[in-house]
Amino acid sequence: MAQITFREAISRALREAMQDERVFIMGQDIGSYGGAYAVTKGFLAEYGPERIRETPIAESVISGAGAGAAIAGLRPIVELMTINFSFLAMDQIINHAAKVRYMSGGQLTCPLIVRTVTGGGASVGATHSQSLEGWFASVPGLRVAVPSTPYDALGLFRSSLQQEDPVIFVEHALLYSSRGEVPDEPYVVPFGKADIKRIGTDVTIVAYARMAMVAMRAAEELESRGISAEVVDLQTLSPLDGDTVAASVQKTNHAVVVEETWYTGGFGATVVGLIQERVFDYLNAPVARVAGVEVPMPYSRHLEQASIPDESRIIQAVESTLGR
Amino acid sequence: MKLQETLEKNQLLDFYRQMFLIRRFEEMSAEQYTLGNIRGFLHLYIGEEAIAVGAINSLLPQDYVVTHYRDHGHALAKGMDPNAVMAELFGKSTGCSKGKGGSMHLFDAEKRFMGGYAIVGGQLPLAVGLALASKYKKEDSLVMCFLGDGAINEGEFHESLNLASLWKLPVIFFVENNLYGMGAAVDQTLVFHDEIYKFARAYKMPTARVDGMDVMKVMEATKKAVESVRGGGGPYLIEAMAYRFRGHSMADPIEYRAKAEEERWKKKDPIVTFNKRFVSEKVATKKELDQLEKEIEEIVENAVKFADESPFPEPDALYEDVYGSK
Repeated sequence: MAQITFREAISRALREAMQDERVFIMGQDIGSYGGAYAVTKGFLAEYGPERIRETPIAESVISGAGAGAAIAGLRPIVELMTINFSFLAMDQIINHAAKVRYMSGGQLTCPLIVRTVTGGGASVGATHSQSLEGWFASVPGLRVAVPSTPYDALGLFRSSLQQEDPVIFVEHALLYSSRGEVPDEPYVVPFGKADIKRIGTDVTIVAYARMAMVAMRAAEELESRGISAEVVDLQTLSPLDGDTVAASVQKTNHAVVVEETWYTGGFGATVVGLIQERVFDYLNAPVARVAGVEVPMPYSRHLEQASIPDESRIIQAVESTLGR
Repeated sequence: MKLQETLEKNQLLDFYRQMFLIRRFEEMSAEQYTLGNIRGFLHLYIGEEAIAVGAINSLLPQDYVVTHYRDHGHALAKGMDPNAVMAELFGKSTGCSKGKGGSMHLFDAEKRFMGGYAIVGGQLPLAVGLALASKYKKEDSLVMCFLGDGAINEGEFHESLNLASLWKLPVIFFVENNLYGMGAAVDQTLVFHDEIYKFARAYKMPTARVDGMDVMKVMEATKKAVESVRGGGGPYLIEAMAYRFRGHSMADPIEYRAKAEEERWKKKDPIVTFNKRFVSEKVATKKELDQLEKEIEEIVENAVKFADESPFPEPDALYEDVYGSK
C-alpha cells in the first residue's frame, strides 16, 4: 500500500487506460506542457502525438470530436482544462453526446470520458472557481463522477472506463496534492455507489469531492464535542445512490447536505428532495443545507474563503439540526 | 457533356429514381403533416434533391454521412428504408429510432448514416470526430458532413474546419447554400456571403463551388473532392448553390422571399430539368420515366401504409436507451 497524491492517482488511471489501443487523450496543453494540472506530464514522450493529442483552444470541437470518435467505436478521453470552460462545449456535451443513444433508438453509443477540474479556493476569481458538476448531473444520458480521495479517483476512473455512456469525470482543483493510500492490487470503485467515509449515529452529513474531505474534518471536531457524525460521500452524482443516503438518514434521523456551489439550483436540493421523499418519517428535524454563498467568487483571499463552506459552517449546521 | 458520356443509363435512371423518391416522400410528408399524422417540426428538402443524390452517390458504403435537421433527403440517398423513415416521422415503434428521434434526428448506423443533428453547426465537431476515428483506425472511410449557409455563422464551423485541416482528417464539408437561414437572407447575416466556399482557404483547405440544381455537376465536383480526401489530402469544402422550394418548416408562410425570385429558381427544378434532358438526349423514353415514377409512388404509398399500421411505442420504451450501462 503506497501513499500517493490525487494527481498521481489520475495519472496512473490514465496510463492504465492507455493500455487499450482504442483510448487516446486530447485537450489543451496536455502535450509538451504536461497538462494545466500536470496530470499528463511525460505522456507525450511516452505515447506519442497520435494518442496524446494537443488541441487548439476550442472546447466545442474538442468535446464534439471526442463524441464523434466515441460514436465510431473509440474510447476518447477529453480534458477540458476547467469546468468553467465547459460552457463553450455545452452544445456538444448536452445536445449531442448525451442524447445520441436515445435519439437513435439505441443504435449509437458514445462512451466518451470528459475529464475536467472543478471548485474554488485557488484565488482565480469568479470565472475560474465554479462547481458546475450538478448541472451535468441533471441531464439524462450523462454520468458524473466526483471523487474525493486518491483511492476513489483511481477506482472510479477504472469504473468510468467500463461505462457505455459519456462520463463527466470531475476533479477538484484543491485535491490534486492531497495524499492517500492506494493499494497496488487491482480494485475498482463501483460506479453509482456512495461511500460511507465515516460511520456515525447522530447525524448524516452528505457531501462529495473536496466537501467530503471538509466534512470529515468537521466530523472529527464534532466527535470531540460528543456528536457522532456519519459522512456519506456520494462519489457519483449520476447515478445518485439514494439507497445509501436514505439508509443512513433512517439510522441517524438527522441530515446535513453540503456542497460547494450555490444554494439555488444546487445538487444538494435533489439530495434533500430524495431524503424527504424516502425517509421523512424518520427525520427528527428539517434537513439542513450548507452551500456556497450566492455571489460570483471574489478574488481577495478572505472574501473567497468566506464564500466557500468550511468546517465551522458544517459544525454549526449540524449543531443547529441537533438542537444544540 | 451529354449524360451518357458520364454515366451508364442504369446509373442515370437510379439518380432520377432517388431524386424523385425524395421529392415524392417530402410531398407526402407535407400531406401527412396537414393530416396530423406527423407532428412537431417538419423541414422539407424539396428543391435540393440534386445535392443529396449527386454527393452521396459519389461515396462508398463505408463512408459516413452526418447532416442537419433537413435530413430526409440525405437519409434516403444513403439508402435508408423509406418505411423506417416515414414510421419515424409518424412516431411509431418501427421507425429508424423507434419513434424517439423524429424528423430532425434520423439515424441508421448500419448504413453509416450517423444522424441528423438539429442544433445549427452541431454536427460539424461530430463529423471531425468520426473522421479522426477513421484516420486513427486506418480505415478507408471518409465523412461527408452537410451544413447550411446558416451554420457558417456558428463558432463550431470555424473550430471544426481548423481542427480538421490541422490534423488532415478525411472529411468533406458540404455547404448547401439555399440563401436563407430560416427567414433571414444570407446577405443580412454574413459579411462574406457571396463566396462562402472561400472560407475554406483561411484553413488551407481545397474548395469548390457548384450548381446545386444539377445532379451531374454535384456528382462531378464531389468525385473530385472524394478523390482528394481519400488520397490523404485532408479535408475539402464544397459549396452548392441551391434553393428550398418550400418554407423553412411547415410552420413557415414564407413572407420574406420575393415571388419572382422563387419563380426564377423553380425554373431550375433539378428533377424537371433532369427529366427533360433524359428525353432530349434520348436516354430514356417518357414511358420509361412514367413507369419509374409509378414505382416510386407505390414505394411512398407503402411507406405511409407501413407507418400508419405500425404501433406506437409501448409505454416502457420511454425509459429505454437512455443509458447503456446500469
